[in-house]
Amino acid sequence: MPTSWRWKTAERIRPEGQTRPSARPSMPETAMYRQKYIFLLPGLLVLVAVILFPLIFTIRVSFSSWDVYNPGLNNAGGAMYARLWDDSRYWEALWRLSLLSLSTVLIQYVLGFALALLVWRDIAARRFLRVLFLVPMMTTPVVMSVIWRMIFHESLGPLNPILEALGIGAQPWLSQATHAFAAVMIVEIWQWTPFMFLLLLAGLLSLPSEPFLAARVDGAGPVRTFMSVTFPMMGAISVGAILIRAIEASKIMETVYVLTSGGPGTATETVSYYIYIRGMRDFQIGYAAALSLTYLVIMAVALTLIAKALIRLMVREARA
Amino acid sequence: MNTTTALKRALYASVAFGLATGMATAEDYSQYGIKADVPGMCSFEAIDAKDYTGRTLNIITHAIPVIGEPTALHARQFQELTGATVNVVHVPFGDLFQRIMIPFQTGQAAYDVLFYGSLWLGDFNPYLAEVPAAYQEVAGMKEVTETYRGIAGWQGQMLQYTMDGDRHYLKYRSDVFSNPEMQALFREKTGRELTVPATWEDYNEVASVFTNMDWDDDGAPNFGTAEVTKRDDLMFSAFISRVAPYAKHPDVKGGFFFDLETMTPLVNTPGWVHGLELFVAAQAAMPPGGTSFGLGDEIFSFGGGQTLMSYSWDDAFIQAMQEDSPIRNKVAAALLPGAKEVWNRKTGQWDTFDEPNRVAYVTWGWTSAVAKDSANQDMAFDYLCFFANEANTLADLQIGRFGINPYRDTHFDPAFYEMEMGWDAAVAETYTATLKGIDTAPNQVFDLRVPGVGEFMSSLAAGVARAQSGEQSPQEALDGVAAEWTAIVDRIGADRVREAYANVVALEDR
Repeated sequence: MPTSWRWKTAERIRPEGQTRPSARPSMPETAMYRQKYIFLLPGLLVLVAVILFPLIFTIRVSFSSWDVYNPGLNNAGGAMYARLWDDSRYWEALWRLSLLSLSTVLIQYVLGFALALLVWRDIAARRFLRVLFLVPMMTTPVVMSVIWRMIFHESLGPLNPILEALGIGAQPWLSQATHAFAAVMIVEIWQWTPFMFLLLLAGLLSLPSEPFLAARVDGAGPVRTFMSVTFPMMGAISVGAILIRAIEASKIMETVYVLTSGGPGTATETVSYYIYIRGMRDFQIGYAAALSLTYLVIMAVALTLIAKALIRLMVREARA
Repeated sequence: MNTTTALKRALYASVAFGLATGMATAEDYSQYGIKADVPGMCSFEAIDAKDYTGRTLNIITHAIPVIGEPTALHARQFQELTGATVNVVHVPFGDLFQRIMIPFQTGQAAYDVLFYGSLWLGDFNPYLAEVPAAYQEVAGMKEVTETYRGIAGWQGQMLQYTMDGDRHYLKYRSDVFSNPEMQALFREKTGRELTVPATWEDYNEVASVFTNMDWDDDGAPNFGTAEVTKRDDLMFSAFISRVAPYAKHPDVKGGFFFDLETMTPLVNTPGWVHGLELFVAAQAAMPPGGTSFGLGDEIFSFGGGQTLMSYSWDDAFIQAMQEDSPIRNKVAAALLPGAKEVWNRKTGQWDTFDEPNRVAYVTWGWTSAVAKDSANQDMAFDYLCFFANEANTLADLQIGRFGINPYRDTHFDPAFYEMEMGWDAAVAETYTATLKGIDTAPNQVFDLRVPGVGEFMSSLAAGVARAQSGEQSPQEALDGVAAEWTAIVDRIGADRVREAYANVVALEDR
């Protein structure tokens, strides 16, 4: 559209008696703009202090070799980033984390959806069940991990005797790689399925009733109704819930710290735990900062791609 | 007797009574949980005479109860006696190092008094104040054994105020070892007599025979060995206990972790690898979950009567000897097992010994120090001296959860444990003889007290954990550790690490 024509169009839709606003604001308007910035300043300062400063400081630290024997912010260039490139333990932890977080979030979604569907309908003790399902989420992760560690304890915990009574046999929950990984998954799923449940139940309760009435009139059964009405209409909220949980799951730390300390071997070591070891235990502050920032970038990219894929899969297809 | 005389007598009597009562009150410190005050520069009476009103002492220590509880207890007492305000910050173990180090590096005088693991001296030494000569001369400090005085020192200066003594030793169920039925069973299965393990091969054999059987007739299965195997939970100390006799040749000086001359890591030499092979093999005789036991699990397993043998610090032994313990007076202590084949890194061969090479591992130990930047060094050293005075120490030694273990000559008297703690004479005798034996052992190993010790030990624990889980063979795992150690040394600077490590080697080779 030519600029002159666009301008005339703007003139044409302006109510009569009003003149075209000048390109520069008049003096009182300038003062008003200034005042606006003054009002915004406290919020901006808080934003800079709370979000930007730590981020900028972390970036600066990642270009130093600050550790126990080189204190302070020297200039190490990209040495820390070059070092992490060859750090196989870091990349293994990243792969392990991806597997852990994607699998647990998927299971949490399925279970959370099932539970939400269960209490969405008019069933006995619906209110009680809604509160009960939220209890795991309300407990402190570290405390619950300690309790789960006792449950999984192979000599003293109650789980193995129960499994033996059921004829399944005692399992090496924390001393074998696959079992320990499964143990971490179980705790994560137990703790965070209620979060999925809460969001998905809220979504279900907000759905309009007309499509369900129409489906019933058309003679659709429960499965058909779920596949063609409920699930498509829950697409947007499902994507939101999955993404929020994926972001949280990508930071898993407490459960690993308490339950397995990353072991046996490195079987359950996640990125967050590895960064904790490097930063807090080994006091390699510069290297831990580089690890953290790299992890942040990888996660931001990965979660963006996941979000786009999920939107395409669950939202756009539903609309189509 | 006239009225005046009677009144005078009454007055004198009341004054005398008042004085006597006052004196008795001033000298009676039993309200603080001690048996009796012991006169000296840091006694209750001496500290009571000081006035620190209006001054504040900041202390950082471990979480309650281990060390954290006595720190807080003696801080309250110090506050009451001197009028000072004493703030105690309790920090979980995993955060303690960085909570101390960051203020040091950033020049903040955040804490006056610090309680921490003695092996961190290699990192903390530039920031610590030397213990003044007057405090080094107090009777309690004079009684500290040579080994623990050595741990407190750095480059000829005493930087740490000794208030604990730690070491690894073997603990075993004496009732099982002396049981004729168990002796017969062992003879039948192995063809030899059941004796307290003299080598780690013996240890593994005894453990394997007595595992997964109910040898205490309580209806639950028992197991052979409980060891600290959980990565990042002081497992490295357990591993070093197992490795030391194979890798620390009594006639080869100049380093156990590194060759001091070249600063080449020795962690992947045959002695270390063999020790790791035996550590991995022992997993078969551990209780369910024993391959991921932290220190707490190990204490509970042996102290609770589940396992026949264990080795680590005093805690499991003290737990077993508590008054309500089902195995009280059924345990005994001994030196760590040794090795008859010892790797000689100078000749590159295994040397054979008729008598096992026993290596005493003096590991960890809580310690305390005063920050060099502290503006309250006088008060801080008074607090530490008070903390570790004779009366407090004897009371603290009797409370297992405090984590304070023997470190003075007087602490090795078996009569103390018999009289004060009610131990059987035989138990007290093996306990004190073992501790004394470690202290005077000709072949000792100390922790790697160099800058970056956390990184070195973290790398070691990760490598050992890979071998334990079967991810790598012992040789592969330790080759990986050696490569990481080489990289760490290169990063810090070989000369810098060597200078620090020379302090450790000096202790070992004295």
